[in-house]
Amino acid sequence: MFSKILIANRGEIACRIARTAKAQGISVVAVYSDADENALHVAMADEAYHIGGSAVGESYLNIERIIAAALASGAQAIHPGYGFLSENPAFVEAVEAAGLTFIGPPASAIRAMGLKDAAKALMARSGVPVVPGYHGERQDTEFLAEQALQIGYPVLIKARAGGGGKGMRKVELADDFHEALLSAQREGLASFGDGHVLIEKYIANPRHVEVQVFADSHGNAVHLFERDCSLQRRHQKVIEEAPAPGMSAEMREAMGAAAVKAAQAVGYEGAGTVEFICDSSNGLQPDKFWFMEMNTRLQVEHPVTEAITGEDLVLWQLQVAAGGPLPKRQDALQMRGHSFEARLYAEDPANNFLPAIGEIAALNLPFELARVDSGVRAGDSITPYYDPMIAKIIVHGNNRASALAKLQAALATTKIDGTTTNAAFLFRLSQQPEYVAGEMDTLLIDRELESLTRPAKPTSLIIALAAIAELGLLQDQAGQDAKEPFASLTGWRHFGPATQHCHLQWGDELLDVALGILAANRFTAAIGDEHIELQIFAKEGENLRVMSQGQQRTFRVSQHRTRISVACEAEHYAFTALDQLTAEDDSTEAGNSICAAMPGLVLAVQVAAGDTVQAGQTLVISEAMKMEHALKAPRDGVVASVHVAEGAQVNEGQLLLSLEEVVA
Amino acid sequence: MSVLGSTLGAASPDYAANEEAHLAAIAEIETASALAVAGGGEEARARHEGRGKILPRERVARLLDPGSPFLEVGQFAAHGMYEGACPAAGMIAGIGRIEGQECMVLANDATVKGGTYFPLSVKKHLRAQEIAWENRLPCIYLVDSGGANLPQQDEVFPDKEHFGRIFFNQATMSAEGIAQIAVVMGSCTAGGAYVPAMCDETIIVREQGTIFLAGPPLVKAATGEVVSAEDLGGGDVHTRLSGVADVLARDDAHALALARQAVRNLNRRKPEQLARAQAQEPLYDPAELLGVVPADLKTPYDVREVIARITDGSRFDEFKARYGTTLVTGFAHLYGMPVGIVANNGILFSEAALKGVHFVELCCQRKIPLIFLQNITGFMVGQKYEAGGIAKDGAKLVTAVACAKVPKLTVIIGGSFGAGNYGMCGRAYSPRFLWTWPNSRISVMGGAQAAGVLATVRRDGIERKGGTWSAADEEAFKAPIVAQFEEQGHPLYASARLWDDGVIDPRKTREVLGLSLAACLNAPIEDTRFGVFRM
Repeated sequence: MFSKILIANRGEIACRIARTAKAQGISVVAVYSDADENALHVAMADEAYHIGGSAVGESYLNIERIIAAALASGAQAIHPGYGFLSENPAFVEAVEAAGLTFIGPPASAIRAMGLKDAAKALMARSGVPVVPGYHGERQDTEFLAEQALQIGYPVLIKARAGGGGKGMRKVELADDFHEALLSAQREGLASFGDGHVLIEKYIANPRHVEVQVFADSHGNAVHLFERDCSLQRRHQKVIEEAPAPGMSAEMREAMGAAAVKAAQAVGYEGAGTVEFICDSSNGLQPDKFWFMEMNTRLQVEHPVTEAITGEDLVLWQLQVAAGGPLPKRQDALQMRGHSFEARLYAEDPANNFLPAIGEIAALNLPFELARVDSGVRAGDSITPYYDPMIAKIIVHGNNRASALAKLQAALATTKIDGTTTNAAFLFRLSQQPEYVAGEMDTLLIDRELESLTRPAKPTSLIIALAAIAELGLLQDQAGQDAKEPFASLTGWRHFGPATQHCHLQWGDELLDVALGILAANRFTAAIGDEHIELQIFAKEGENLRVMSQGQQRTFRVSQHRTRISVACEAEHYAFTALDQLTAEDDSTEAGNSICAAMPGLVLAVQVAAGDTVQAGQTLVISEAMKMEHALKAPRDGVVASVHVAEGAQVNEGQLLLSLEEVVA
Repeated sequence: MSVLGSTLGAASPDYAANEEAHLAAIAEIETASALAVAGGGEEARARHEGRGKILPRERVARLLDPGSPFLEVGQFAAHGMYEGACPAAGMIAGIGRIEGQECMVLANDATVKGGTYFPLSVKKHLRAQEIAWENRLPCIYLVDSGGANLPQQDEVFPDKEHFGRIFFNQATMSAEGIAQIAVVMGSCTAGGAYVPAMCDETIIVREQGTIFLAGPPLVKAATGEVVSAEDLGGGDVHTRLSGVADVLARDDAHALALARQAVRNLNRRKPEQLARAQAQEPLYDPAELLGVVPADLKTPYDVREVIARITDGSRFDEFKARYGTTLVTGFAHLYGMPVGIVANNGILFSEAALKGVHFVELCCQRKIPLIFLQNITGFMVGQKYEAGGIAKDGAKLVTAVACAKVPKLTVIIGGSFGAGNYGMCGRAYSPRFLWTWPNSRISVMGGAQAAGVLATVRRDGIERKGGTWSAADEEAFKAPIVAQFEEQGHPLYASARLWDDGVIDPRKTREVLGLSLAACLNAPIEDTRFGVFRM
C-alpha cells in the first residue's frame, strides 16, 4: 500500500478521497490554484502545493506542474478524482513515465472507451448489447428501409448533420418509412445542406441505468450493482439512486454480466462505470438495455453504491492500484436498502440553470440525516472558475420510500445563504409524483421544468414575515435602550393596534402589506383580501418559530440591505423592499421646461423640435461671465419646441426649449 | 424597597361588577377613539387616496420608526362639538420615535373639512407645540390644510392663543434649538403658508404640496391674474425659484423618508439625568385595576392598590406613611426611572397638605419627576378646619405644586373637584401631561353639592319673600343642575375641550406614564425656586 498520495483535484471529491486515505494512514498531498488557496481540500491535506492560476488550464489541467508536485512531495501515486485529468490517457502515461502510480485504469482502456463509436463497435463484437442502428454510408431508400426493419420499429431517422430536432423523424410503422425518410432528407438538405441520414432504434421512456464495475490487475472483475441516473437536465445528473426502481434480479444479473464483459473487453483495472440506456415503456426488461459508454473513473454518484454495499470504493481503488486483488468476489457482494444522492449546486434553475457565484455566508447542511460530501465551508466563495457544486447529499434507508423521505427531510433542512442554489428545485423534484412512484425517465425534468423551477406563490404568512423583517420588527432592542418605553413598547397605541404599511416586491409583483402590531411579537397582516394573525414565539438566529392559524412552523428570515429572504423547508422566497431614498427617480421627475440658469448669450442650439434626446445630452450652450454653460436634457424625451436661436441674449429663467409631455 | 401587598383580587366580591362598569366606560371611549381615527369618513378618505395621497395616520406611521409607540395627545379634541364635523379637531398630534429620537408629530387631516383650523384645532396645535417646547421635542409638521376655517375666523384668528401663536411658537422654539421641520403634502394657504416658511427645513411633494399667501381664486379676485396652483406655489416653484421649500419629493412616501433623513441630521442626544434602575413589570397585573377600583366614585378604596399596578415590581417606598394619611406619598420606579408619587386617599386635611408640600420639596431637591394620581373631592370644610388654617395649608400645597420644575405628570383616576384639582396638579398647574380615566369626573364641585348650594340660595330667596317651595319643586329645580354637572364633568366632555391630553384605558396607565415621562426627559430638569409659603 502507498504511504503518500497526491490528489490531482479539488472540491468535494478531493476531500472525499483524502478522508479515506487519511483513515488508512496514508499522507495526503493536495494541489491548488490561486483561487483555492484557502479551500477546504487544501486545509485537509497534510501538505499542499500551489500549481498555478485560477483558470483550470493553468492549474488543475497542468500535467507538468502536478507531476512536479508529486515528485517534490515524494508521493507514490496520483488519484485524479473525476473530471479534470481523470480520463486523459496522456496524463496516465506522464504519471507512469515519472515512475508514479496512476490510481485508475490503464491508458489503453481509457483510449478504447474514449472513442465512442469505436467503443460501441467493440462492445457489439464482445457481445454487449448496443443500441441497434445503421450509421453507414449507403443511403439508397430500399437499403435504409431494410435496415429499419432489422432494427425494429419504432425507429428514429436522423439527419447526420442534424441537431435540435431538425431533420429528425420518429417512425412507428414500416408503411410510413418512405415518406418520413424523404421528409428528413429534405429537411437535412434545407437546414444543413446535407441529406445524409442515420437510423436508430427509437427508445421510448428512456432510463439511464449504469453499473459500477471494478477490476484488478490479476484478471478479476466484479460489478457492484446498478445506479439509476435518469433524473437529468441537459445531460447533467441531478438525483441518482441505487438500486434502480423496478429492477428485477434477472435483469440485474444480465446488466452486471454485460458490464463486466465490457470492462474485460478493454483490459480494465480499477473503478469504472458502464452506462446503459433502457426502454422503460413496459418497465425495465432484460432485453431492453443497450450500452452507451463507459466512464473510466470514479463517478460523482459513487456514494449511493457505497451506501447500499457498505464498501468504500476509494479504498478499493487504492488497494487495486497498489497491486492488490479486489477486496471481495462477486458472490460476497450484497445490496442493502436504498440510497439517493442529490447534487446541490450554486445555480439558478429558474434561469436555465445558470451557474451562480458568491460567498457562502451561511451553510447549514443536513449532517444528521445524510452523508454530506462537500468541499466548501461557510465563508468560502463559489468562483466562476470551477464546477459550482456545493455538496452531495446522500441518504440511505431500508427501502426506497424511507430513503426518499429522508432525502426530502434532508433537503428541507438544507440552508445556504449568499448565493442562488438549486436546493428548492431538488426539494420539489424529490416530491414530484412520477419520481416518487419510481416512474421517471431521462426526459422527466424537461417535461416538468416549469413546475419544478417555479416557486409556489408565497403565502400571506411568508409575505407577512418578510414585511415584519423589512420593518425591523424582528430585532430585539439591546442594551440601555431596551428599558426605554419608546423602545420596548413595540407598536404601542392608546387604543387598538398600530398599523404599519409595508411595500415589497416579489418578482414583478408589488405587494402591499398592512401589518397590525398587537404586541412585541404578535401581528395581524392584511394582504389583499386575506387577513391573518401570527405570533413569533421563538427566535434562534434567523430561525423563527411561528404560530399562525393553529399551526406551528419554522421559517428562516434573513435580510441583506433591501433584500429579504424567507425560507420555509426548501422553498425560498426573495423580496425586495422599496427604499424611498435610493429609489431611482422616474424620468418624468425632471420638468418639461429647459430654462436659462443665468443671463447670457446663446452660443449654440444643438437640437431642433422633434429631435429625440437622451438624458444628459447637451441641448443649448450659452455664455455668461466668460464661461460656457451647457444645458443638458434632464431626461430622455422628444423636443417639443425651441424658443431661442443662436446669438440670442437670454435672461435668467427664460424658457429656452420644451420637451414633450410624458404620458404616464 | 418595600413591595406593596394587595388585599383585593379577582376573588373579592365587587371585582366582577367593578370590571363590568369600567369596561362599559372604556367601550364608550373606544367608540369615540374609532370616530377620531376615521377622520372625515369613508368618502373623504377615498377621495384623498384617489389623489395619490397617503392617509394621515399612515403618514404618521411611516414617518415614525417602524414599531415605534405613538403617544397620541388630544385625540378626543372637538369630540361631539361642531355637530361632529371635526373629528380629532382635524389633526393628529403625538410623540413617537423617528430615527431613535422622540419627536412631536403634527399632521393635518385633510379628510376633515380640508384640514382647516377650527377653534379647537388651533388649541390642539398650540397644546402640541407646548408639549414639544416644554420637553424639547423636535417638531415635524405634516402640512395639508386649507388654513383657518373662515366661518369661525373670530375664534381662530385674533387672540393671543389663536392662529398667530403657532408661528410665534415656531420662531421661539427654533430660537431655542428645537428643530422645526415641515413636510408640505397638500395646501398651505394664507396663514398656513407660514408653517413651512417658518420651519428650519421644509420638504414639499411635487404636484401636490402648495404654499401661497393667496390661492388662485383670491389672486384672480385681487389682481385678475389667472394662474394654476402648481405654477403659483407648487413644489417646483418653491424648491427651484422661491426657496420657500428646500427639498422636492416625488410623493408622500418619498417626502416622509426625506423627513426621517432630516431628523437623522439633527445631531441631538437625549440627556441622561436620572439614576436608572433595572426596569421591571409590576407584580400585579395592571388589568386588575378594573376590578379593584370601585365603579362608584363615592366608594372609598386604598389608592395603593392602584400604585401596585403601575410601579416597577409593585414597589413603593412610602414617605411619612403614618402622617396625613389621606395623601399617600412615596418613591418608586417606572421603567427603571425614579419617580415620586402623590396620590389621594381621601379628603385633604392640613396635615396631608403639609406632607404633600414636604414630599414635593424633596422631589424637586433630588430632581425626581412627580406623578399625581388625582381622586379628590376637595379640602376639608367646616369651622374647625377653617380656623386651623386649612386655606393656608392648601395654599402651601398649591404653591409647591405650581413652582415645582421637575416633570409633573397627572392622571385623574377618580374625582377632580374644586381646590383639590389645584393642589393635585390640575391642568392650570402645567403638568407636562394630564391624562384621565374613563370613570373620572371633573368639576368645581360635585353635581349634587352644586344643586344643593343653588337650591339653598333659591329657597332662601323664596322664603325671604314669604313664599314656599315644595320638595317636588326643589327636586325639579335640582335635576337639570345635576344633569348639567354630570354632562360637563364627563371625561369626554373635558377631553373634547382639551382640558386634558386624553382619556386613557386604565390598564395602560403604566405605559402612558412611562412614555410620557420618557418624553419629558428630553428636556433637562431645572432647579426649582418656591414662592413664599404662608406659615
